[in-house]
Amino acid sequence: MTTVEAPKYKKAEFVSDQDVRWCPGCGDYAILSAVQQVFAGLGVPKEKFVCVSGIGCAARFPYYMDTFGFHTIHGRAPAIATGIKTARPELDVWVFGGDGDALSIGGNHLIHAARRNLDLKMVMFNNRIYGLTKGQYSPTSEKNKKTPSTPMGSVDNPFNPIALVLGAGASFVARTVDTQISHMRAVLEAAHRHKGFALVEILQNCVIFNDKAFSHITDKGIRDDRQIDLRHGEPMIFGKDLDKGLRILPDKIEVCSPAEASNWVADGPTGANAFRICQYAESGDIPVPVGIFRSVETPVFETEVHAQMTKSIATLGVGTLADVLASGETWQVK
Amino acid sequence: MTSSTKRQAPPEVREEVVIRFAGDSGDGMQLTGNQFTNTSAVMGNDLATFPDFPAEIRAPVGTTYGVSGFQVRLSSKEIHTPGDAPDVLVAMNPAALKVNVNDLKEGGLLIVNTGNFVAFDLKKARYDHNPLDDEDLYRKYEVVRFDLNAATIKAVEEIGVSNKEALRCKNFLALGMLYWAYSRPLTTTEAWIKSKFGSKPKIMEANLRALRAGHAIGENAELFKVRYDVPAAKLEPGTYRNLMGNTGVAMGLVAASHLSKLPIFYGSYPITPASTILHDLSRFKNHGVVTFQAEDEIAAISSAIGASFAGSLGVTGSSGPGIALKGEALGLAVTAELPLVVINVQRGGPSTGLPTKTEQADLMQAIYGRNGECPIPVIAAYSPGDCFWAALEAARIAVTYMTPVLLLTDGYLANGAEPFRVPSVEDLEPIRVRFHTDAKNYMPYSRDPVTLARPWAVPGTKGLEHRLGGLEKQDVTGNVNYDPDNHERMIALRQQKVDGIAASYPPTEVFGPAEGKLVVLGWGSTYGASRGAVERAHEAGLPVAQVHLRHVWPLPRDLGGVLARYEQVLIPELNLGQLDRLIRAEYLLPTVAMSKVQGLPFSGTEIFKRIQELVG
Repeated sequence: MTTVEAPKYKKAEFVSDQDVRWCPGCGDYAILSAVQQVFAGLGVPKEKFVCVSGIGCAARFPYYMDTFGFHTIHGRAPAIATGIKTARPELDVWVFGGDGDALSIGGNHLIHAARRNLDLKMVMFNNRIYGLTKGQYSPTSEKNKKTPSTPMGSVDNPFNPIALVLGAGASFVARTVDTQISHMRAVLEAAHRHKGFALVEILQNCVIFNDKAFSHITDKGIRDDRQIDLRHGEPMIFGKDLDKGLRILPDKIEVCSPAEASNWVADGPTGANAFRICQYAESGDIPVPVGIFRSVETPVFETEVHAQMTKSIATLGVGTLADVLASGETWQVK
Repeated sequence: MTSSTKRQAPPEVREEVVIRFAGDSGDGMQLTGNQFTNTSAVMGNDLATFPDFPAEIRAPVGTTYGVSGFQVRLSSKEIHTPGDAPDVLVAMNPAALKVNVNDLKEGGLLIVNTGNFVAFDLKKARYDHNPLDDEDLYRKYEVVRFDLNAATIKAVEEIGVSNKEALRCKNFLALGMLYWAYSRPLTTTEAWIKSKFGSKPKIMEANLRALRAGHAIGENAELFKVRYDVPAAKLEPGTYRNLMGNTGVAMGLVAASHLSKLPIFYGSYPITPASTILHDLSRFKNHGVVTFQAEDEIAAISSAIGASFAGSLGVTGSSGPGIALKGEALGLAVTAELPLVVINVQRGGPSTGLPTKTEQADLMQAIYGRNGECPIPVIAAYSPGDCFWAALEAARIAVTYMTPVLLLTDGYLANGAEPFRVPSVEDLEPIRVRFHTDAKNYMPYSRDPVTLARPWAVPGTKGLEHRLGGLEKQDVTGNVNYDPDNHERMIALRQQKVDGIAASYPPTEVFGPAEGKLVVLGWGSTYGASRGAVERAHEAGLPVAQVHLRHVWPLPRDLGGVLARYEQVLIPELNLGQLDRLIRAEYLLPTVAMSKVQGLPFSGTEIFKRIQELVG
């Protein structure tokens, strides 16, 4: 018996020849590096990757990846990716974009990609600001945000991206942080292992327009106390010395001792606890959850589409041009 | 069923007849009309249909705005339009009479369902009296008054269906009467009823009985003074089918898929009058056709672009409002230089406009309706059957030139039908497509020296990893580039590529004299009315020609020379003169625009009268 060896790549093989044009210090650099590393190690032939993006700083991502790539139009990356993946299910299709692209102008495509459960990996860089248009507030900006378009503060409530896609029925939902490289890689690899739609939110800093966007969660000195890493089947323990736990009670989620901590379950029937815990994002005793909120196997869109085609061929035979021309009720004129 | 032994006089032969069925939108008039059409098609008539129905699915019963009509013209000679004034009007209720009776030819046959001419229906139609009491009606028309409701209930009484279900069959009773009156067999409709209602035996039986009862009543009740026959037309020998425009588009696309060996990916969002293309294509799954009902119009085109990038022939279809939403993505397909077919089944605009009515007012939108210098070839189908050929041509241009193509049809073509001579496999030329596979010296924006098309290298091909996008491309490499000279060069290249498509057109065909007083120039669904008008002009000895454009943009290279051979150029369009403006701008010709924007097609008579005014 012969075995086909999975191709092995070096990270450098995923680096394109284009100069990266993000601002110095932008979180995107770390994400790009992590994705290149992850791709190199997935064992997928390089020509099978397709990176798709919309518009925004993050959306320049495909230009810097030496894979097939498509930098499309604002918000539409999930829709373009849907066409690619449905036409060619064997391709490994990834969507990269920011919070404005994915949640504002492209919000409709995001929720529909999620509900259809295409086997797409969607990596959303959330810096809670519009960078490329110079600093307007975004749909994830906190309320009262003062920006060039909201000099007296924004008055609208932000989206919680995790809650949004959970509500849309996403089968894999995770969050990671641009500065936590090994965590980010592990989450991206888990997303890839998942067969179905995967949303990975990456909390990301914008040094120019929204510096320290998540420093209250991600600064080295405090992050162990301000984050909890959700790992399926493991107790929910956090803190620098792993000295604190979380327990999920019917009416609340509360801090407890490590011994009392609940085990995190990412594949429950409804995702109700994922929805509850993702609400803890800003302050209070409960740390901000990162890691894998939800991972559940459900039928995959493009698989079912092609199964119908196979079934149709089984019933009717492979259609020919002559069949097309003979369709409908015909008669002869002599 | 019939006990009559009375001898029938042989039917009187008519060259053609125009029949209009009119009733409530729930009365099944479209179905009735289609059945009459299919039966006549199988009998070998040439025919053309004009369905005219409201946007509301079931408007309040009995109202004038709920009236649904279906006009069919069947003929023993070749025809091009569904006719002007009907010879026969079937009015199922007072509202249908009110809306349609003034169109009926004087002396025409008017069949009214008296069962619905009661106080309730009269009031709904806003009649203050019963129009059947007007003596005028009987002076102008041959009126057949018949209670279809009572006759239908009687015909199906033994089956045990409810009164409501029984009344639903009355359209078949009316159809049966007309089959008798026009010497048509019941077989085609009987077969249809059996296949349609096979799972509901009672309903099937009720409809069959109503149909047969109608035929028997025609034969025995002496409602009709004469019986007619419209013999078969002398059509070109071959295999024929009755074809509606949207079905023609779907068939043409699937044929293009086989000829190009590319799978079709059809991304679409439901919209009147384009939706049936999606329905039709979804039944071709065993041909490798993927249909995708997207979340919106933008996703529909975006998914199709993605599929084209991945190596399918991406197609999207919509109507004007949806095309407006697709504009930005169209620009992406232009700059990414990917093949894409975009179908616009035009309807009355602006905005939501007249969803179920026809118009040709999206020509400028098709040619210019995007940001930037964004050239897209535009082709137009000119009859329901021609939709097949137009779809094939759109696909050929899209993959040969690596470009989006706009295919314009309209509501009149989409729902209208005509006999279509089905080509044989050998009649169809393969569409040559070659994916680029050579990794050496691959440049995403290198160009074919003849077509200027860039190579199509699909994901999954080793060594050809490259990036496309909406940002300006560097010539040859395709890298992002902001250089001023490069931008100008790329704009010129994209324009030259699209302009160059005109080199692949056949010479412009002229119907009629090669020079003369007037040429009728048109595009799209005005073909039939123009052709009919020009034929009448020839009969009247007028030196008039017809040129009809398949390729609306870029215009054929020989068109200016052809038009210059006539003293006048008349351009009838269902808009305020959009082609007219293009022709004036391109050739500096003093054209004569002829506009109609009523949601209705031109009649041949309208165009003929204008020809007479200009050269008569």
